[in-house]
Amino acid sequence: MIRFLVYRLLSAIPVLFVVSLVTFLIMWLVPGDISAEIGGVDATPEDLAAIRERLGLDRPLLERALNWYAALLQGDLGQSYTLNRSVLGAVLERLPVTLSLAGIALVLATAMGMLLGILAAVRHNTLLDQGAMVTALVGLSIPDFWFGIVMIILFGVWLGWLPTGGFVAFSESPVDWARSMTLPAFTLAITQMGVIARMTRSAMLDVLSQDYIRTARAKGMRARAVIFRHGLRNAMIPIITVVGVLSGVLLSGAVVIETVFSLPGVGRLIIGAIQRRDFPIIQGGLLITACVFVFVNILVDIAYAWFDPRGRDDS
Amino acid sequence: MTVELPSDTVSIGREIKLARRRRRLTFARRLFSHPSFLVGFVILVLFTMTALLADVLAPYEPTKINYRFILAPPSAEFWCGTDAYGRDVLSRIIYGTRVSLRIGVFVVVMTGILGTLLGTLASYVKWLDGLIMRSLDGLMAFPGVLLAIALAAALGPSEINAIIALTVTFTPRTARIVRASVIVVQGMQFIESAHAVGAGHGRIIFRYILANALSPLIVQLTFVFAVSIVAEAILSFLGVGPPPPAPSLGNIIAEGRSNIQEAWWIAVFPGLVIAVAVLGLNLMGDGLRDILDPRHSGARDKT
Repeated sequence: MIRFLVYRLLSAIPVLFVVSLVTFLIMWLVPGDISAEIGGVDATPEDLAAIRERLGLDRPLLERALNWYAALLQGDLGQSYTLNRSVLGAVLERLPVTLSLAGIALVLATAMGMLLGILAAVRHNTLLDQGAMVTALVGLSIPDFWFGIVMIILFGVWLGWLPTGGFVAFSESPVDWARSMTLPAFTLAITQMGVIARMTRSAMLDVLSQDYIRTARAKGMRARAVIFRHGLRNAMIPIITVVGVLSGVLLSGAVVIETVFSLPGVGRLIIGAIQRRDFPIIQGGLLITACVFVFVNILVDIAYAWFDPRGRDDS
Repeated sequence: MTVELPSDTVSIGREIKLARRRRRLTFARRLFSHPSFLVGFVILVLFTMTALLADVLAPYEPTKINYRFILAPPSAEFWCGTDAYGRDVLSRIIYGTRVSLRIGVFVVVMTGILGTLLGTLASYVKWLDGLIMRSLDGLMAFPGVLLAIALAAALGPSEINAIIALTVTFTPRTARIVRASVIVVQGMQFIESAHAVGAGHGRIIFRYILANALSPLIVQLTFVFAVSIVAEAILSFLGVGPPPPAPSLGNIIAEGRSNIQEAWWIAVFPGLVIAVAVLGLNLMGDGLRDILDPRHSGARDKT
């Protein structure tokens, strides 16, 4: 297990290297002169040259890349063009909102998806099974940001039960925080639970056709115990894999959904930065989110190894 | 002296040709008798026709501003209502499907080509394998469409840039799938026998390996098509996709978000169209997978 852990942590290094390289190169893709955009229309050529020098844009690409990595290793993601503060601070301040939204949605999606999948597998080839799978597929096909808007129209504008957007910090008022998170979290969970439901169903069907399930039934075990103790536990491994994939989908989904519901997370920060052409913030937001995802994937692999000792040492 | 060809040779050749055609026919019949494939296929055909016949189908000019009908609710005159500039939402949706279709098709083609190229290269050229796969791992470490959003933001809002951004985002997984299936086919006996009878590398790659590794790629590309349509809408919604005033399903929804209090119809209808189109492609992909790869059923990745 220790060997596996070390191996898994080391294998994240090349991934993080590529991630940071891509993030650096995105800046280089920007067409035209960034200094002209920062300086505005009134800037003199001397002003522009000063901006370029301050940002290091007058240096060759390789030198800029080396500087970027040198700063990165010291935890410095640069300064925002427009916010007058460090990129890292701005991103980290917004991260909790995004993470809690994605986390709540992940828990909801997993719970609802597994319930749907287990029901479908246990009542295989019945109307319930088909209904659950149609629900799952329709959920998968609905664009989440649009579903968020529909939810706002339904519960915010027409019924008036929940706010149409905006955010209240948990420390200010837990009730209002819950009210502001309910719609976005359910939006993400409902559109993503289909992946889990389909995986749970096929994994459960596989497991339930095994001999040991028949044995458990034959020895008179209660149906519920057979399904949960013998069935679900052995179906967990493929389900965990899907939960890992889903965490990435939900992370990027949260980024988009924040814009729909006006939640002050990393997504809103990035989208605002795009409108202001504040590239360091875009880079920082992208880099930090990718790092979170890499870290979540490591956790998933560890959980995977925990549940299935077979794959631990021969990787 | 003339050599008489045994009449058998000719008829054997014809037999093989007939058998091939029969196999193709039964394949098509099996596909179209698969209910989800059929439903998905019909939806895709309808979507494509809507996009192609937009000039005929749209009741109004999609960009024509009419201040007499600002935010008019759905009626016999304007089936899906009008937006804040009095433009007919239905006509804008119909023209918007063109953007989705164009972006979807281009992304599928480019992802297919690049994915096949990188996947085959990685499985064939050993010293490139590590480099290519680690780079793809790195690209896949950006969650969902986040990389596409950042790329489109850097390149600037336009249709071509959206296509580039989405291709970069969806190629890694496609290349991985191609690599995995090429490696499986490489180890099969008929490849060895092809080498033995002296077939060249090019012939083996195209005629034997890629032909047999095609099924997972086709299934994957159906899903790439579906995700591209959603991703285009996300990019346009966030303002980094094809820019207004030309309608795209995403930027109509964005306009609807700004008028959410007084005009639900602007955002709701284009999203329904996206959902139906994506559902169709997902159904097609499921059907294709059931028939091409019977072992695999159930869940899939949504990237």
